[in-house]
Amino acid sequence: MILVLMILSPITGAIVLGLWGHRKIAPLLNIAFSLLTFFLTLILGEEVSLHGPLVALDENLFADTFSSLFLVITGGVAATTSFFSLRYMTIEASHGRLTPERTRLYLALYQIFVLTMIVVLASNNLGLLWVALEGATLATVLLVGWTRTPAAIKASWKYFILCGVGIAQALFGTILLYFASEKTLGPGGTALLLTHLETVKSQLEPTVMSLAFVFFMVGYGTKVGLVPLHNWLPDAHAEGPTPISAVLSGLLLNVALYAILRVKSLADGAIHSSMPSNLLMGFGLASVLLASISMWKRQDIKRLFAYSSIEHMGLATLAFGIGGPLATFAGLLHMTTHSLVKSAIFFAVGHIVQTSGSQKIPSIREVALRTPGLARALLAGGFAITGLPPFALFASELLIITEAVKRIPFAVPFLLLALFVTFGVLIFRILEISEGGPSMTTKPLPPLPKLTFFPIWIHLGLALILGTVFPATLYSVYQKALLVLGGPHGG
Amino acid sequence: MAASFVSPPTSPLVGFLGSALLLSSFAMLSMRRMASLVRIFALQGILLTLSTLSVALAAGEPHLFFSALFTLAFKVLLLPILLFRLLERLHIRGEVEVLLNVPTTMVVGLFVVVFSFALAAPISEMANTVSRGLIGVGLAALLLSFLMMITRRKAVTQVLGFLGMENALFFSAINATYGMPMVVELGVAFDVLVGTFVFGIFFFQIRETFESFDLKHMDNTPTE
Repeated sequence: MILVLMILSPITGAIVLGLWGHRKIAPLLNIAFSLLTFFLTLILGEEVSLHGPLVALDENLFADTFSSLFLVITGGVAATTSFFSLRYMTIEASHGRLTPERTRLYLALYQIFVLTMIVVLASNNLGLLWVALEGATLATVLLVGWTRTPAAIKASWKYFILCGVGIAQALFGTILLYFASEKTLGPGGTALLLTHLETVKSQLEPTVMSLAFVFFMVGYGTKVGLVPLHNWLPDAHAEGPTPISAVLSGLLLNVALYAILRVKSLADGAIHSSMPSNLLMGFGLASVLLASISMWKRQDIKRLFAYSSIEHMGLATLAFGIGGPLATFAGLLHMTTHSLVKSAIFFAVGHIVQTSGSQKIPSIREVALRTPGLARALLAGGFAITGLPPFALFASELLIITEAVKRIPFAVPFLLLALFVTFGVLIFRILEISEGGPSMTTKPLPPLPKLTFFPIWIHLGLALILGTVFPATLYSVYQKALLVLGGPHGG
Repeated sequence: MAASFVSPPTSPLVGFLGSALLLSSFAMLSMRRMASLVRIFALQGILLTLSTLSVALAAGEPHLFFSALFTLAFKVLLLPILLFRLLERLHIRGEVEVLLNVPTTMVVGLFVVVFSFALAAPISEMANTVSRGLIGVGLAALLLSFLMMITRRKAVTQVLGFLGMENALFFSAINATYGMPMVVELGVAFDVLVGTFVFGIFFFQIRETFESFDLKHMDNTPTE
């Protein structure tokens, strides 16, 4: 029941905003629907942790602790982003860059995007999961090209084609998986249902499953932005409007990695070799290394943080590849905190970039200096994203490195070097922006309304709580999610 | 050598249509004119419909008749009509510009086919459908469309490669497992339809911005 309600909320939102999105009240409605969705994911999370997994709609929908954890993150960040989006879009409109008609399109697409992510996370049917994940690309592709500058059109075209090609591979993987499971589960509906697949995974044909997993890994890996399939990501995240960058970096990457982890659990059960784990480790390590090199000379602030997303998703992928309870826990914590911190950073960056009208670091310095509140927020976000204590990314990175020392010691020097480089580059860039010496025209800009900072500090505050006290109830949720990912070897 | 990979399909008609489909993928690779490309795409749709029908008859799977009907409506009529109207409205007539000349592409394509059959061989042996020998054809068609997307420069050609890929996936699903569950097939078709519309919107935006569909204008856009 609650599962269906949770999906109905963004559907209604999309319809209502599609019809009346040009009215003055529409951005507030967007917030209301996003909050409602968040509220429903919270109820779902509560129910799942009390009574165990839920299914609905002919077993097509399903939620266990693992998926409800990500549902809550998705609902939460989507809600705070709708707050940020309100102010961002008001300013865009006041600059004359946004007609009421375009606002309507934007708001409706935002709700559809949230809908597709929630369907991916709540889907029990791997075929529907694919459909929803492709839907997420389709919903965001027009948003990425929103400004219609040549660079934005190029970015969204690249995003569309590369993710389209990638996800086609995942569909071939789904066909192969269906081919393998149909033998044990029989043709028809149940052969693609996760709950059924999990019970028979040890009987699935290993050869077919290995091939299927490779196709899944390449397909959904493209959407996670894993190197060498990451080419679209920096463009797409840098050129879109900043609220969209925040949800693309903070949420969609997680959702795609979630899909890989679900399939990996099946593949681990069927294959009895460490191939899936090795593949994850390889992709993860490559992403961390290449992202850190690419960050070296970036002058565009959003692009810089887009590469940082590749790095962090790479770290999480590496953690799941290493496997075992500790590394898997670290991976989950890393994904959670990255969502919170990266979207908070994009909120801060968004305001700065919007005021200065440029994304280049030298030109945004001036604005950052004249709005000390934003500079402070960016500084705090920078400390959090580079994994400084007491933020939770410190804990997860430390855990990942200790586990890497045990399992893949040869890779540890490279890993440490990459982390060191990204740390240096990011801190240097952020200090350059926020502490860049006295400004020539130090007249502070009129202070921003308090509400501007509210989403930023909530996110960073949560990252701080996760890194310091880590509430016991939350810990038990993570423990249960670990059990879902199960498997003594595969993590 | 390639022959040892293939377990012969039970029904000669199914086999014939499968080979024709593979041929049409090669035809798409070699076409130089945009309108011919769309025609080949429609032809591929017809082949796909016929092959689905013949599998349905040979295997006696009633739900495949729906899939065949659906393919006819969607891939033979709707999508080609949309594409032709798009070409007309945008006044696209010109030649396809290639990065790699056609003969070289063909040779690469041949290797792709051999590779696909080798990869599909173990799966074909496990399948129990009447058309199991054609799983390699599906994989080959998938990779050939992929090749087309890599070697072509114009936005429209890339879209046709994309749609060709979807055809290949559909074909593989039919031959390996008699199609995916209906709800999934419908969902995939919905995505493809929405995708085609989004592509359409894109064409107008690209033309407005770059005054050309050649992606090299786009490649020259500085990103940083």
